[in-house]
Amino acid sequence: MRPGRTRPCSDLSLAVLMAALALAGCGNRQSALLPRSEHAGEVFHLTLVMTLAGALILALVTVLAGLGLLGGSGVRRRLAGRPLLVGGGIVFPVVALTLLLIWEIAILARLDPPADDATLRVEVIGHQYWWEIRYLGPAGAHVTTANEVVLPAGGKVELALRTADVLHSFWIPSLGGKMDLIPGRTNRLTLTTGDPVVLRGQCAEFCGEQHALMAFDVEVLPPAGFAAWLERQRSPAAAPATPLLAEGRDAFLASGCGACHTVRGTPAVGRLGPDLTHVGGRRTIAAGSFPTNVGTLAGWIADAQHLKRGNRMPSFGNLDGRTLRAIATWLGSLE
Amino acid sequence: MRLVVPRLGLLGALLLLVSGCGEGQRSAHEIAGADAERGRRLVASYACGVCHVVPGVAGAHGTVGPSLAGFAGRSYLAGRVPNEPTELVRWLADPPAIDPETAMPSVGLGGAETRDVAAYLYTLR
Repeated sequence: MRPGRTRPCSDLSLAVLMAALALAGCGNRQSALLPRSEHAGEVFHLTLVMTLAGALILALVTVLAGLGLLGGSGVRRRLAGRPLLVGGGIVFPVVALTLLLIWEIAILARLDPPADDATLRVEVIGHQYWWEIRYLGPAGAHVTTANEVVLPAGGKVELALRTADVLHSFWIPSLGGKMDLIPGRTNRLTLTTGDPVVLRGQCAEFCGEQHALMAFDVEVLPPAGFAAWLERQRSPAAAPATPLLAEGRDAFLASGCGACHTVRGTPAVGRLGPDLTHVGGRRTIAAGSFPTNVGTLAGWIADAQHLKRGNRMPSFGNLDGRTLRAIATWLGSLE
Repeated sequence: MRLVVPRLGLLGALLLLVSGCGEGQRSAHEIAGADAERGRRLVASYACGVCHVVPGVAGAHGTVGPSLAGFAGRSYLAGRVPNEPTELVRWLADPPAIDPETAMPSVGLGGAETRDVAAYLYTLR
């Protein structure tokens, strides 16, 4: 900070930038202030310019108001004069806002382009309170997963957004804006990705008791890594390799879990809850609520209603200790 | 009046003896080379709070397993073995090895991790 500066802008912009960075530190996987794609970057740029311009205009108006109240009679006469009134009160706002509007419309047009050249099509179906994600392949061969969105780096993906029940909203702050999931309608959202990174998204439209615990993991992988991941997701669950895992799978089926959940490669074909074919490989369970490990899987099965009251899965506190561990171990092995 | 002073002295001596009783139990929970703060972070990252109430860990209010508040003062661990560092470390590494009927699984904590978590649990008085 050199003394004797005459421009307040640099000081203000530095302050705003530092504030933005400080806020970004609060959620570096899920922050609109830390853009990870070209589109998110443009929105962030616009935000910064509008904030700075707004702050500048506020400062200017405050100074003029101060002069009007406290200045000498000569100053006040000039302030009340027609040139300042017309120039500052009509011409300046009209010009500034028109320029801003043109710039915003240009950005909006770029943010939602036609997605004919999208390299990937993903269907997102919102449920209370989890995300069904379907990767659409050729000839209807789609891959179903839940609560995680994995995307190839440097690509363009078109998302078709639907809901199975109430209003939800799909939001990955670091990649782009929100798009609502509206009953009876399919909304489309186009996202572009930058470099490989791990991010997070969440539901952005109040959808019920556990709206706050309806998040999902986002991972942007290098193209080869993404293709490998998709192939792995396409495959059915691996056969149990140990007696304990077989015990877990059998207990899963005997306990009726297949009435709500699908595990491809087993008789479990339920569609009421998330697909669990590869649940062990996900970073989190219960829609972004807890890290995935045998302990959290067991705890969730035993007491889902205490952890996320009102979610559609009952607590299975009736299982004996050994059975609970077996089921959780088997699910944790499904990577 | 002549008997009061000796009685007071006797009372004072008894109080001093009794006050020394707490120290022995606390020093028996020492785990050499363990970092309780790292243990607390491990408890958070493995989300032990999904099943247990754990003081000092945000969001840890599970009711699947017993609350760990006051854990350091308990005599028994999982109702099976004495609550001592060697047993606790063994338990954290593989609960079913000590109690085959337990609902608590092994989450794969490594040797140093079990000691750090144990050290943290022994701060819960």
